[in-house]
Amino acid sequence: MSTTIEQDFKVSIIVDHDKCIADKGCRICIDVCPTDILIHDAGDGKIKMAYDECWYCLPCAHDCPTKAIKVEIPYLLR
Amino acid sequence: METQHIEVDILVVGGGTAGPLAAIKAKQKAPHLRVLLLDKANVKRAGAIAEGMDSVNNAVIPGYATPEQYVKEITIANDGIVNQASINAYATRSFDMIKELDGWGVKFEKDETGDYAVKKVHHLGSYVLPMPEGYNVKKVLFKQIRKVGVEVSNRLTTTRLLVGEDGRIAGAMALESRTGDFVVIRAKAVVLCTGAAGRLGLPSSGYLFGTYENPTNAGDGYSMAYHAGAELSGLECFQINPLIKDYNGPACAYVTGPFGGYTVNAKGERFIRSDYWSGQMMLEFWRELEGGNGPVFLKLDHLADETVTKIEDVLHVTERPTRGIFHEGRGVDYRHDLVEMHISEIGLCGGHSASGVWVDENARTTVPGLYAAGDLCNVAHNYMLGAMVFGKIAGEDAVDFIEGKEHALVDQEQIENERERIFAPLAREDGISPTQIEYKLRRMVNDYLQPPKVTAKMEIGLKRFAEIRADLDHMKARNPHELMRAMEVHAILDCAELAAKASLYRTESRWGLYHYRTDFEGRNDAEWFNFVEIRKGADGQPELFKRPVPPYIYPIDKSELYGYDAMRIESEELAA
Repeated sequence: MSTTIEQDFKVSIIVDHDKCIADKGCRICIDVCPTDILIHDAGDGKIKMAYDECWYCLPCAHDCPTKAIKVEIPYLLR
Repeated sequence: METQHIEVDILVVGGGTAGPLAAIKAKQKAPHLRVLLLDKANVKRAGAIAEGMDSVNNAVIPGYATPEQYVKEITIANDGIVNQASINAYATRSFDMIKELDGWGVKFEKDETGDYAVKKVHHLGSYVLPMPEGYNVKKVLFKQIRKVGVEVSNRLTTTRLLVGEDGRIAGAMALESRTGDFVVIRAKAVVLCTGAAGRLGLPSSGYLFGTYENPTNAGDGYSMAYHAGAELSGLECFQINPLIKDYNGPACAYVTGPFGGYTVNAKGERFIRSDYWSGQMMLEFWRELEGGNGPVFLKLDHLADETVTKIEDVLHVTERPTRGIFHEGRGVDYRHDLVEMHISEIGLCGGHSASGVWVDENARTTVPGLYAAGDLCNVAHNYMLGAMVFGKIAGEDAVDFIEGKEHALVDQEQIENERERIFAPLAREDGISPTQIEYKLRRMVNDYLQPPKVTAKMEIGLKRFAEIRADLDHMKARNPHELMRAMEVHAILDCAELAAKASLYRTESRWGLYHYRTDFEGRNDAEWFNFVEIRKGADGQPELFKRPVPPYIYPIDKSELYGYDAMRIESEELAA
């Protein structure tokens, strides 16, 4: 499946695609997320937040080998 | 979507805090056994302590506290309704567990002589051991899991337990939340370590996943244990916490208290003696908010700059490290701003209050071969270290239990029924989304179950819950991820109904705000000095009954038993 997920609205997990090494096969952020909300978009090869179910807990950011992830507090809580 | 079959000796469900210890200790005791540890997330970062922990809340360390003192403190904190044998089972193993964790690489605060630096936060004794570098707990545990050869399986959402024809536990069934596979696991013993029911009430932010507990802890274990016939205990003793408003995480008074932080009302006055979380403390907190003296704040602005920096170095790096990002977003600096606090939505949790699956001092539930440990079991105020100790107790006892036993025989119908239940939302052409049902259900939990508890409200709540139960037949999931959420909605609904029924059954007030019934003010020891238990009856409906409080190992004088009532600071004292 090579669908590209459009992200029309701002999400609270921001991936710096210049730093992200998903193209080298890294999936650490996807693996460690407790709520399993990150996906690898087979269309454009980018890591994206697919579900609005973030616990703003930070393993994705802390375990990222290139520090490519920034987690913001979900808008409803800010 | 395939069906996978797995056969092991001991199955541990939940890879957070208790689960890893159960699996490690079972494997250490009997290396030849197949021990499987599974989690709906990833064991490396699963559970309440995904980002570590900032302190041990209940360390029983020689020189600071004895098991007797601790057992008495928790007995008093929980208004007498405890099985002291279980609390004592923890207390007598507490120090050994700290030493073992220390040996594995968990960092606890020590003084200049190398002694553990225990602090006083509780009403009576000293049990808090800070972990300023406690962010690595999960990594330390994972290293041990690998070392002893525990098998690990991630992204499996366990939905029902398998019960054998002889009434013995026989395994569990699970959904692989990425592939949509149905997984049938046969085991001779099962240890449930699925955490609290943390997605029960709706946070006041309205954000479904803005919970105090890790939102993966949706109450699956309560539901599974109930449907397997196990006895659940104290579901009317809710978990309600004082949390940072909107952020909905701990502030955290256990960390800040020893540095000189404390809780104040809008006038800047102290009103509670102890920041230790208890129902009695929460009642005073609620009265302050409702009585026109709110908002309530955590006060740190009087502390020296370097003290605040020390606090930030703990609070903004461990347990809930986004606290720092949250405060920054609102321009709050502990040095000159108060932290606004509020009362959380309700949950069920053994580790913080006392609502859980009934276990004895060996972590055994009432179903042979089924164990529960951690926030899921009803050992009061057990917290992280208690979860680890009860995990160890469960894992080791399970090894003895399965000795000489074969896998229990299971009728195929159980498995087929569950397969049908799980996959129904995926098969439907259209329907209601799991998110919508969950939102409505949890809003109703707030409307009708949030204390103070009112009989008429809870009765309406049960009607609404029954309507939502009918809606489950119209729930639609579009993929395995949504199917996982759909199954969680089933568990949340079970927890809501059981919590309402247990609350209605106990016709008195107890545990401060946790079970404050306006129709039944005050405690009634003559009728209610016992546990309220709930289990699935022969007719498939919840059956409620009383379980006597076992005789105390450490007797407590009646005059001391309700010592936590004296939580409010009276105005004369403030003037003095």
